[in-house]
Amino acid sequence: MRKRGFNQNTQCTGCTCGLCCTQIIDFGVTRSRLEILKNVNLHIHCGDLTALIGPNGAGKSTLLKAVLGEIPHTGKLIFLEANNERTGRPIIGYVPQKLDFDSSSPLSVLDLFAAAHSQMPVWFLRSKRTRQYVRESLKQVQAEHLINRRLGALSGGELQRVLLAFALDPIPHLLLLDEPVSGIDHSGLNLFYQTVSTLRRKYDLSIILISHDLNMVAGYADRVAFMNNKTIEICGTPREVFGNKKVVETFGTGWTAETLGKRRLDTE
Amino acid sequence: MLFWYGLIDTLLPFEWTRHIFMKNALLGIFFVTPIFGILGTMVVNNKMAFFSDSLGHSALTGIAIGVIFGMSNPLWSMLLFSIVLSIAILIVKKAKTASTDTIIGVFSSTAVALGIVILSRNGGFNKYSVYLIGDLLSISPKDLSILGIVLLTVILLWIFVFNKLLLVSVNQSLASSRGIRVNFYEYLFTMLMAVIVTISIQWVGILIISSLLILPAASARNIARNMRQYHFYAVSVALVSGLSGLILSYYWGTATGATIVLVSAVLFMITFTIKLRYN
Repeated sequence: MRKRGFNQNTQCTGCTCGLCCTQIIDFGVTRSRLEILKNVNLHIHCGDLTALIGPNGAGKSTLLKAVLGEIPHTGKLIFLEANNERTGRPIIGYVPQKLDFDSSSPLSVLDLFAAAHSQMPVWFLRSKRTRQYVRESLKQVQAEHLINRRLGALSGGELQRVLLAFALDPIPHLLLLDEPVSGIDHSGLNLFYQTVSTLRRKYDLSIILISHDLNMVAGYADRVAFMNNKTIEICGTPREVFGNKKVVETFGTGWTAETLGKRRLDTE
Repeated sequence: MLFWYGLIDTLLPFEWTRHIFMKNALLGIFFVTPIFGILGTMVVNNKMAFFSDSLGHSALTGIAIGVIFGMSNPLWSMLLFSIVLSIAILIVKKAKTASTDTIIGVFSSTAVALGIVILSRNGGFNKYSVYLIGDLLSISPKDLSILGIVLLTVILLWIFVFNKLLLVSVNQSLASSRGIRVNFYEYLFTMLMAVIVTISIQWVGILIISSLLILPAASARNIARNMRQYHFYAVSVALVSGLSGLILSYYWGTATGATIVLVSAVLFMITFTIKLRYN
């Protein structure tokens, strides 16, 4: 059973909370003798949205790639159930910044979901059940009308919502959002974040969000991890992190007080 | 086989089906074209057109190695070499030090040059020119059984691992986030391609084998909107062009493989026009 984590623990290490959580323990990445990440520790409770911020080249995307298991890394990634029982590798959902795929491909939204969901090869017959299942999945992100469209024919906002639905099937222990709405118009952006918010409450999702949109981060994140110099330097509530001198120096000042004032955080 | 011959005599009592070699070739077409139509869908998805071309070319070196070791049928050395080459290309590609195009170009031209150098020693290259354009009409019942097995293998793989291959081809990060072993499937598909291209080369020919892979899938892409249509059109285009290419080559006295490619090129242009008009 997973419990909702109203996490007031500002420490980013150690799990003594008794809630289910995902832990990134002592991650390090070295590629071609170049150290990209070191000593990264992050502890994410179910239901928490942790935003990863930091200057370009700080290693944010590398961290996500390491968590995904796409690049070799040192350290451990574990998922703990509520009673602190280890359950091993978490199920991970991933929404990339910009899905790099062949947009001329004759791949329908239904094909994509069916390929992941069912054993039946998608070039062959498809069962009514699979179609119904995919429709339900898409309904969660208000995208069921896109089921027969080609993936390459979707607009930026539509594609990101479809990918969000795709990342939520099966319901992940950890959802990784890598700047999911960069380059998407305002209404698409709001729709995306509202959907994330709703689904997060519904499924108690643990989320890591990489974003440069600090207003969004201030509005939606439970915790903020500031990455700099190959590691997480500061981690805490948005108020703490955005009040930190180092962070202020990196991003400039002038916006924190007002945005923190109208925080839309759903857990508060 | 006798049943097959009888069946053709009953169903297709034409002049061109009277010869045994044409009956064999017809059956060969029914095996080869679906293989290439099906595989081609994934080759085009993965943008591996150039790669399949270089696999074909590398067969020259495979033959040459076979000749050095005194093999009467160089199929095994060809298979071995193409698998080694495809793995080498994948490894270098994954190191991400140069663009894939460049890497494949380097490997492919090296393989071709090496093959030609060895085979042209003592001025005997001509006897290998059959590999360049292939000879579908020389196909024997024993060859047909090999092709039948290959077709069966492709279909089985397409039933059991197609979904995984598809997800890997869409986006590798997305696939690995779902716990799919991306590397495994990449190597699996690459080696499968190496084996099939190599086996088919003696009938289809080095020069046109990749066109046979690419054209049906490329034509299908012009008009398909999902994976089912994609496969249906690709296999149809492959079958239609295979069949009409065989018949045309019989009456024109031309090389069968090349004639088939020409027909599929025409089909590509037709589907391309359809795409321009209706999309």
